[in-house]
Amino acid sequence: MLLLKDRGFVHPVASEITPRAVFAARRRWLVAIGALGALGPRLARAGAASNGAPLPSARSAVAGAITMEKVTPLADAISYNNYYEFGTDKSDPAQHAHALKTRPWSVSIEGEVKKPIALSIDDLLKLAPMEERIYRLRCVEGWSMVIPWVGYSLSELIRRVEPTGNAKYVQFVTLADRAQMPGLTSSVLDWPYVEGLRIDEAMHPLTLLTFGMYGQLLPNQNGAPLRLVVPWKYGFKSGKSLVKIRFVEKQPATSWSLAAPDEYGFYSNVNPNVDHPRWSQASERRLGEGDLFAKKRPTLMFNGYEPQVGSLYAGMDLKKFF
Amino acid sequence: MSTVSRTLAQSIVQHRATKPVLFVAALIPVTLLTIGVVQHTLGPNPAETLIRSLGDWTLRFLCLTLAVTPLRQWTGLTALARLRRMLGLFTVFYAALHFSTYAVFDMGLVWPDIVRDIAKRPFILVGSAAFLLLLPLAATSFNRAIRWLGPARWQRLHRAVYAVGLLAILHFFWMRAGKRNFGEVAVYGAIVALLLGWRVVRATRGARYFMKLGSHSAKG
Repeated sequence: MLLLKDRGFVHPVASEITPRAVFAARRRWLVAIGALGALGPRLARAGAASNGAPLPSARSAVAGAITMEKVTPLADAISYNNYYEFGTDKSDPAQHAHALKTRPWSVSIEGEVKKPIALSIDDLLKLAPMEERIYRLRCVEGWSMVIPWVGYSLSELIRRVEPTGNAKYVQFVTLADRAQMPGLTSSVLDWPYVEGLRIDEAMHPLTLLTFGMYGQLLPNQNGAPLRLVVPWKYGFKSGKSLVKIRFVEKQPATSWSLAAPDEYGFYSNVNPNVDHPRWSQASERRLGEGDLFAKKRPTLMFNGYEPQVGSLYAGMDLKKFF
Repeated sequence: MSTVSRTLAQSIVQHRATKPVLFVAALIPVTLLTIGVVQHTLGPNPAETLIRSLGDWTLRFLCLTLAVTPLRQWTGLTALARLRRMLGLFTVFYAALHFSTYAVFDMGLVWPDIVRDIAKRPFILVGSAAFLLLLPLAATSFNRAIRWLGPARWQRLHRAVYAVGLLAILHFFWMRAGKRNFGEVAVYGAIVALLLGWRVVRATRGARYFMKLGSHSAKG
């Protein structure tokens, strides 16, 4: 593939992306040999929490939307999650998220917009054509995955609600329902989970309003029925199970920034040069490669999306605005 | 504890098969983890699962080791004392595995990075300190060393295990602090506080206080 630029790691060709049938087969294989450990029952429960319904899409033509790297196996993406509303262990969301009721579901678009509205999930599914995007996801903890998401650019929704001149930022609010979410009794974070973007970040074509992954609707533990995916920022910026999208004038509060302001900033752009106060962000472990001995890989500026998003931060001191 | 049950418990603990059985049992965690590595059943992030599981077992064996003396006083089962050294050495064993897997799988055995990590990350610093403190204890756990040091000096040296307990809890707490995930830390913290607090009470009230308590339970 002559057009691929060598960014320092191997770019497999598109034909090497593992077909869905193989993901599912691996899942069955893992369940079979999981008799020794907890993996078997964990995957079975994880599967139960997945909605499973197919979500057709067309391959996205947006610049940077499709990475050629090896996609993480579905079994890993649905069983290794940070979704504290369902528990703080990585395996908790897969075990407990079945309690999440994703229908009926409504998202309120409010604040500095000319056309505030409450849209049902079915309205949102029809709002714009679905695209498949294969994004890198980099967690602040130092691991990463490659996930084929299904959705459309958030800008499609934003255009339709016509933000006013005062709309400088967008805030995203996740569901916080004690009846469905056992993790809410813990005060690890203030609830509901809130996140935010600058308006130009929200309007960027790569910012994805996401309804599915791996060709099917989002599993509950991955943020069903809709979530945000902002691939150039640490994963916690990508709020799950959204119920409210508010357009505001002032920089909004974000949950991890409230919990530890010296560790988690508003921007939280993936940046190997800006360490977390307590650990380096220079490298990451790509999960799903199946090999304990696989070395960590260097973390890329803006998670490898610098050509697409670098201009948003031109002239900004990224150590100060972390 | 009634005299009958104590005599039965004493004879079990004293039985010559008990130590070999305990030895084999203490190897089960590392065996299961090794099988997990080979069979790829450690989940999506096997390196993390391996390092953290080994850390968990280090802490568990540390708690078991610290529990021997209070348990001995409380139940009157003096034979428990013979198990303490093995439990202590298994603590060091798991600690060494925990540190090695961190050095190999997290840091790729790049020593400059490891040293930088120790300097940069407080929780790695206290973890390394705890591990380093365990090494002289392991080195002087053999009979010849005990005789060479003499009982008084040996006992004073081995009180360093209390510091190891505190450093281990701090290590665990700081590691979890990044994601504010403190449930398990609180449980282990309470256990270590109890086990160390027992020593404080004994020191302030005098060993005789506990011997009297022991004799009360001896009466059943």
